[in-house]
Amino acid sequence: MYTLIVFLPLLGAILAGFFGRIIGVRTSEIITSGFVLFGALLSWVAFFQIGVGGATLKVEVMSWITSGSLSIDWALRIDTLTAVMLVVVNTISGLVHVYSIGYMHNDPHRQRFFAYLSLFTFAMLMLVTSDNFLQLFFGWEGVGLASYLLIGFWYKKPSANAAAIKAFVVNRVGDFGLALGIFMIFAVFGSLDYDTVFAAAAAKSGETVAFLGFQFDLITTICVLLFFGAMGKSAQFLLHTWLPDAMEGPTPVSALIHAATMVTAGVFLVVRVSPMFELSADARFFVTLIGATTAFFAATVGLVQNDIKRVIAYSTCSQLGYMFVAAGVGAYGAAIFHLFTHAFFKALLFLGSGSVIHACSDEQDMRKMGGLVKYLKYTWVLMLIGTLALTGFPLTAGYFSKDAIIEATFASNSNIGMYAFILTVAAAAMTSFYSWRLMFMTFHGKTRASDKVLSHIHESPLVMLAPLGVLALGALGAGFLFSGYFIGGGSEHFWAEAIRLAKENTILEDIHHVPYWVKASPFVMMVGGFALAWLFYLAKPDLPVKLAVSMPGLYQFLLNKWYFDELYDAIFVKPAFRIGRFLWKTGDGKLIDGYGPDGIAARVIAITGRAVKMQSGLLYHYAFAMLIGVAFLITFFLFNGI
Amino acid sequence: MSSWPILSVVTFLPILGALFILTIRGDDETANRNARYVALWTTLITFLLSLFIWAGFDYSTAAFQFVEKREWLGGAMSYHMGVDGISMLFVILTTFLMPAAILASWTSINIRVKDYMIAFLVLETLMIGVFCSLDLVLFYFFFEGGLIPMFLIIGVWGGANRVYSAFKFFLYTLAGSVLMLIALMAMYWDAGTTDIQVLLTHGFPAQLQSWAWLAFFASFAVKLPMWPVHTWLPDAHVEAPTAGSVILAAILLKMGGYGFLRFSVPMFPLATDMFAPLVFGLSVIAIIYTSLVALAQEDMKKLIAYSSIAHMGFVTMGIFSLNMQGIQGGIFQMISHGLVSAALFLCVGIIYDRMHTRQISAYGGLVHRMPVYAFTFMLFTLANVGLPGTSGFVGEFLTLIGAFQVNTWVALFATTGVILSAAYALWLYRRVIFGKLEKENLKAIADMNGREIAIMAPLVFLTILFGVWPQPLLDVTAVSVEHLISSYQAALAAASDVASAAVH
Repeated sequence: MYTLIVFLPLLGAILAGFFGRIIGVRTSEIITSGFVLFGALLSWVAFFQIGVGGATLKVEVMSWITSGSLSIDWALRIDTLTAVMLVVVNTISGLVHVYSIGYMHNDPHRQRFFAYLSLFTFAMLMLVTSDNFLQLFFGWEGVGLASYLLIGFWYKKPSANAAAIKAFVVNRVGDFGLALGIFMIFAVFGSLDYDTVFAAAAAKSGETVAFLGFQFDLITTICVLLFFGAMGKSAQFLLHTWLPDAMEGPTPVSALIHAATMVTAGVFLVVRVSPMFELSADARFFVTLIGATTAFFAATVGLVQNDIKRVIAYSTCSQLGYMFVAAGVGAYGAAIFHLFTHAFFKALLFLGSGSVIHACSDEQDMRKMGGLVKYLKYTWVLMLIGTLALTGFPLTAGYFSKDAIIEATFASNSNIGMYAFILTVAAAAMTSFYSWRLMFMTFHGKTRASDKVLSHIHESPLVMLAPLGVLALGALGAGFLFSGYFIGGGSEHFWAEAIRLAKENTILEDIHHVPYWVKASPFVMMVGGFALAWLFYLAKPDLPVKLAVSMPGLYQFLLNKWYFDELYDAIFVKPAFRIGRFLWKTGDGKLIDGYGPDGIAARVIAITGRAVKMQSGLLYHYAFAMLIGVAFLITFFLFNGI
Repeated sequence: MSSWPILSVVTFLPILGALFILTIRGDDETANRNARYVALWTTLITFLLSLFIWAGFDYSTAAFQFVEKREWLGGAMSYHMGVDGISMLFVILTTFLMPAAILASWTSINIRVKDYMIAFLVLETLMIGVFCSLDLVLFYFFFEGGLIPMFLIIGVWGGANRVYSAFKFFLYTLAGSVLMLIALMAMYWDAGTTDIQVLLTHGFPAQLQSWAWLAFFASFAVKLPMWPVHTWLPDAHVEAPTAGSVILAAILLKMGGYGFLRFSVPMFPLATDMFAPLVFGLSVIAIIYTSLVALAQEDMKKLIAYSSIAHMGFVTMGIFSLNMQGIQGGIFQMISHGLVSAALFLCVGIIYDRMHTRQISAYGGLVHRMPVYAFTFMLFTLANVGLPGTSGFVGEFLTLIGAFQVNTWVALFATTGVILSAAYALWLYRRVIFGKLEKENLKAIADMNGREIAIMAPLVFLTILFGVWPQPLLDVTAVSVEHLISSYQAALAAASDVASAAVH
């Protein structure tokens, strides 16, 4: 069954990708969507069998690399963590497949699109079912590839191509750390299998390792290196720049890859390696620091963006920060719980915005929308549900998971926990503000859309709305249905072997004992954000402009995303090309060739003068030298050999 | 083992084909066609025969197999052939790629076709000979002799600037080979034989090891090529015809890496230990330096040539890690690069044959007209980048994990290569394949034809197969590499025993 779950999407990708033109568009769509939906069904079965049943299962597929003491298998590991991820990946992917049938119906390359979607699903499944670090790396790079292909799906657009390359290369920067972490794990533990490494990790706690000529704490170093990879994949602060640009891809892609699944791989990694993170307070400090900073930073940028998808992209970035904060303070269950609920409501928001974009003839700028509620009633309801869940309205999915994280930061009772608490609460207010700003700018007030757009405007077809409906159910219900399993009293049994907590880690218990004002603060922030957004965008629409004019520095700073792109361009991208050019022209050309062959050649020509015409003489030179060599050799042997 | 001299047959069969072509009279289209078919059939049969070597290969021993030995020149030298786990795969790689090289030249070579085919067949014999010979003189003969046909291929059928390139090629290799020749003689002087099998266990004095190691290094470093003696390669590639580039990148470069494994490491273990940091340093520089240079290239072939140098940096780094992962990874990387770089040069050749330019800026938006080509090029670009699931990943991963155990700095810097390779490879791909199809002369460009697909399909298949299941290759090399490492370590241990005994 698990082999089917993982490999059906690959089969679908191959069928649609290579034989798409033979079997036709409709068949391709049905095959790929059908396979993934079937996988989703099986995943839910797995979820209840493994998660609720609490067993760990392994399926050996075949051996991959054996070299000396290094031995790596292709294998599927199914435990609760994997089962949760299977459910998330396959459910969202299946719904996105179906949605795309409607969304992409005008595109001439639909087979290719569906092949890529299924390829992505396969790689993501390989990632979450991996039983060793190398297979994880396979899935890790595989989803990176699929992301590259899908961002650049509309390859005629230069901006899409640039965004695709940027995504791949920035991810590789993170992978650089991940790879080094994997190398170190092998150098220290002699194995890359999770079980072997985690079992041996506790005994190595406190040991140091020589790395780059210094002595570092072993476990901390490994964890930080691995986390570096997670930062790249999950678009955390410093390595986040690719995610907003990735919105160049078709919207279903943004929903699937850049909101619900791929970008959460980093969180998955940290939770998967939780037995090691549990051993290193320093590593968790770092995770919390980066997570909280991202949550805050991305929210600030989200406040002023005008592209509907970019707002949601920064929101994703910010919410991923929350997940890392949870993992950083030791509440791994809460991290995965937020991952789980976030997948539903964020995919809902993305696909909902896709529905809006689709209706507005591919317009993404919210300044050219407004008042759309009367045209897109269903979309409005669905987006409203998504917004409520994201902002943490009581009893929606986000309410359970996000509040748990904020409470956990407070309960962790440390300085870094306090830092995270303040920033995540502030981010909660901003989340509420930009989410409602998005709703108001898009659906309410007076319409700013052109007549041409309005004349074409139409509600999306059922094939697009139905998946949205399912996601809306998830956004409403995933919280109270599953919070018991993920973070409640039964969570220890639920996670079983998948998350091993240190004995002193009681954070999931502690969050029930935080002061009342802490519990109330996210709600207050949410209401505050809503009120402010209402004031700015419905009651007094001229206020935001005045504010932006009165603080041009801050506004530009936020609008330009803290100038990270410009900074990286100036210190990495441009110099790399410039240095490359310099090494080529000066290093290779002037120095090596100048003093090497060309210089010698010039001397040789000067000496031999015009005696030999180069063109005809070349080969004879060489043959002559060979001949002398051979003659020399034979003479030598004749004298010595006999 | 087998009762017939299979290695000699595989080695010299191409010569037989070449002689056969010589008998073809005339200079017309029929003669050309005949020459092509003779060359194709010869290389195909050679390939099929060479598969018997793999089929009969004994995985459990590090000893040389299929050995043939005839006395020569009064017993000082011998005609001595044999393969072990280190060399066998290179023989197969050579015979496998030759038919592709012949097919790639099918329509693009129209002048002096007979000579061209003869040059390639002779080249094949000499290349296989390098990997099979177990005698220094024989090795030297094949090793240096192989340059002549390559030289002709670049010089006669090359591009506009072929004279300069050939001259550069000549200067570099001459310097290396003279030094190697002197070292060969010194080794004979010391050991009294040129038999490689004997030399492997001879144990040269430490002094001689250092000098001989450096002399061999000069030759192999030029071949591989390593920084800073690499500048002949981009020029040679640019000027060579497609098939010439394919063979140059896929096989001739590998002779350097093979030389390290056959001579430098086992025969001069003390010197290897001493000079390993030097090799590490040069490897790391090569990886970063040439990757950056590749970013700035405007010529497709040059870009791939520079990327080849970077990939060879991984090979030398792996070999001189001197552990299982490093060396096996190095060999794997060479085989994988043999497939991938060959395919990339073929990819360039395909559009060069159509447009007669290698300038990146002359292309753009090819995907609109050439979807099959776009897919093929994408796959090999990804393999070049080392994406897991392609053979390129396994080699890079193993060499890096091997190097990490020895020196973390080296691994750190070399790993930056994976970022840079992604940048230059995808940047190339984007400029050639993606974007709008705007250039007028590209609007009628045709997708890959049957012949081109037939060349590429096996390469595509093997690149993916060895990425997912590299075991067939790793199994071949395992025992021999293990033996290589254990005797290397034994030699080091013995030397340190002697040294400590001398102190006390």
